Amino acid sequence: MRASDAQKITVALAGNPNVGKSTLFNALTGLRQHTGNWPGKTVGVATGTLHKGDKVYEFVDLPGTYSLSGQSEDERIAGDYISSGSADCTVIVCDGSSLERSLILTLQILERTHTAVICVNLMDEAKRNGIIVDANKLSRHLGAPVILTSAGKKQGIRELVKQIDYTARDNGNKLQKFGDPIASAERIAGECITVAAEQSGDFRRNVERLLVSKRFGIPIMLAVLLLVVWLTVWGANYPSELLGRFLDGGYWILKSIFSGVPEWISGLLIDGVYATAARVISVMLPPMAIFFPLFTILEDIGYLPRMAFLLDGGMQKCGGCGKQALTMCMGLGCNAVGVTGCRIIDSPRERLQAILTNAMIPCNGRFPTLIILASLFTSGFASAFGVAGCIALGIMGAMGASGLLSKTFLRHEKSVFLMEMPPFRRPRIGQILVRSLIDRTLHIGARALKVAAPAGALLWLMGNTSALAACASFMDPIGSALGMNGAVILAFFLSLPANELFLPVVIMLATGTGNLHSVVGTGEELLLSMNWTLKMAVCTMVFTLFHWPCATTLITVYKETGSIKETAAAFVLPTAVGIVLCFVLNLLL
Amino acid sequence: METYLDRLEPGVQCTISDIRSPEPLRCRLRQFGLIPGTQVSVRYRSPDGGVTALEFRGTVVAVRTRELKKIRVQLL
Repeated sequence: MRASDAQKITVALAGNPNVGKSTLFNALTGLRQHTGNWPGKTVGVATGTLHKGDKVYEFVDLPGTYSLSGQSEDERIAGDYISSGSADCTVIVCDGSSLERSLILTLQILERTHTAVICVNLMDEAKRNGIIVDANKLSRHLGAPVILTSAGKKQGIRELVKQIDYTARDNGNKLQKFGDPIASAERIAGECITVAAEQSGDFRRNVERLLVSKRFGIPIMLAVLLLVVWLTVWGANYPSELLGRFLDGGYWILKSIFSGVPEWISGLLIDGVYATAARVISVMLPPMAIFFPLFTILEDIGYLPRMAFLLDGGMQKCGGCGKQALTMCMGLGCNAVGVTGCRIIDSPRERLQAILTNAMIPCNGRFPTLIILASLFTSGFASAFGVAGCIALGIMGAMGASGLLSKTFLRHEKSVFLMEMPPFRRPRIGQILVRSLIDRTLHIGARALKVAAPAGALLWLMGNTSALAACASFMDPIGSALGMNGAVILAFFLSLPANELFLPVVIMLATGTGNLHSVVGTGEELLLSMNWTLKMAVCTMVFTLFHWPCATTLITVYKETGSIKETAAAFVLPTAVGIVLCFVLNLLL
Repeated sequence: METYLDRLEPGVQCTISDIRSPEPLRCRLRQFGLIPGTQVSVRYRSPDGGVTALEFRGTVVAVRTRELKKIRVQLL
C-alpha cells in the first residue's frame, strides 16, 4: 500500500506543564519530532508521527498550560487548536500524582471537544506516593475514556493508541458541562483517588529541603554550576583537538582532490570555506555536546526551578525574576539558546530585558578566547581563577544592565512570579542524550555553519587582497583608544558570524595569511610572539565579554522579538558597556 | 485562628478564607486551583525569605512572600 492511501489520524496532546507530556509524545512517536522542548514550554507546536498498520497517526504536542481561559500566548494557542476541531482526537494528559490539579484543565477541555481520551500519566510516581486512581470511576464521572500510563517506562502506551483509534473512529462522547472547574475537580478527585500512607516521600523531601535551605542552598547551586562549566571547558579540550585533527585530515584530502583546479577556486573553497567551517566545528561542537546534556540533566531532574527559586531574590533587585537567572545559565552554553529560553519569562518587559542582556554572559564560543588570554600572563590555578572572574564579571554586567534597563527604558512594575516546583525525577539518560545532542547541539551547530561558511569565503578573499591589512590600520586609532589595536578590533568584527573565530582571526591577521588553516600551534605561543601586553590582554578579555552578540544570537533576537529596533538594542547595549569599560581601563592601566 | 499566608512558618497547614490580591495574581492562583476553601501547607522559604513554596492539591507552587500578604487564612 502506498503511503498516500494510509488513513491519517490527527491527535492533539494537551495538558499541564510537567506532567510528562513530552515523554509521552516521545514514547508515541519514537523521538521522530521536529522541535525540542525547552524548560517549561514547548516551542510553538511540535508534531511527530506514528505508523501503525495502514494508519498514520500525527501527534501535535500543544504547549503545556494550566487553563484555557488565561491571556498568555500558550493558552491561546492550545485553546484555539482544541476548539478548532482540527484534531480527530484530543489526548488530555494528567499527572496521576496530582490528579486534582490536572482535572481543572481536563474539565475545561472536555467542555470544548467531544473526542477526548484522558491519559493519567506518571502512574509509577503516583504508586510510589501511595496514590491509587480508580480509572473506571473517573471515566464515568468525566464521560470520556481513561487510560493509565507511565510513559517513562512505556507502560500503557499500546492501550492508549488503541483507545485513540477507537475514539477517533466512533466520535467519542458528547460535550460535557461541569460548572465550576475547580469545585468539580475537587469533588471528582475526592471520589476517584485513594491515598495510602506515603511510602518513600521522606527521602525526597529531605533532599529538597537541603537543596533550598538557608545554609546550603546557594553554595550547592554555585558548586553545581561551577562543576558544569568546568566539565564543559576542560572536558572539551581533548575531543576538540581530536576533531580538529580529523578535520585537518579532510583538508589535505580535499587539497589533493582539488589539485587540478585553479588556485583561486580551491583557495576560496578549501582554505576559505572549509578551513573556517572546520575550525568552528572543532571548537564549538565538543563543548556544546558536553554542556547541553549536563544542563538537560539538571532540567530533567527538576533542579532548574529550584535554582530559579533560590535566585529570585537577587534577580528582583535587578528588576528581573528568578527565571531570568536560568536564561543566563543557558547563555553560558550559547546565547542564542539563552535568548530563546527567555520565553519562560511571563512579563513582556522583563522578558525583553533578559533578551537584551543575555549576550553579556560569556558563551561556550568565547571560553577558548578567555582561557588562552587568561593563561598568557598567569598559569595553572591563577588562570582558572581568571576565567571564573570573567564569568562573574559577565554576570555582574548582565545584572547591572538589567537593573539599569528596568529603571529607565524598560521601567515596569514587578511582575507576578508563580512557578510550579515539580517533584524531583530520575533523569532519563538515553532521552537526554538524544534530545540535547540532536535538538540543541546539532541544531545550533548547523546554524553556526551556515554563517561560518560564507564568512570563510569572505575572509579568504579579504586576506588575499590588501583589504584586511588596510582595514586593520584604519581601525588602529579606535583600537588603541580602547587598549587594544586595530587588528584586534577588526577580528571582533570578522568574528561576528561566530565568536569561535576570534582568536584564529587575530592570529591570521598578525601573521598576514588569508588562511585559517595555516594557523596552527597553541594560541599562547603565537600571541606571546606577537608582543601582547597585559593591558591588551585585559582589555581584549573585557571586550570579549561585552561586545555585539554573534550573528546567530542576533538572528534569534530578531525572531523572538520581531523588532529591528530591539535587535539593534541587543547589538548596541553590550557594545556600549564594552567601549566604556575598555576606555576607562586603557586610561587606568 | 485567623492570620495571613505570608506570616506562616514552614510546616504549618491552613485553609484559605479570603483572597484580596490584585487581579493578575488572583487569576494566576485560580489557574493553579487556589481559591477560598483550598487547604494549603507552607513547604519552605528561599534563603532570603522572598519566595515561599506552597503545597496544595498535590502540587508545590512558588510565590513571592509579599504577594501572600492579602491572602487571609484559617489555621488548621
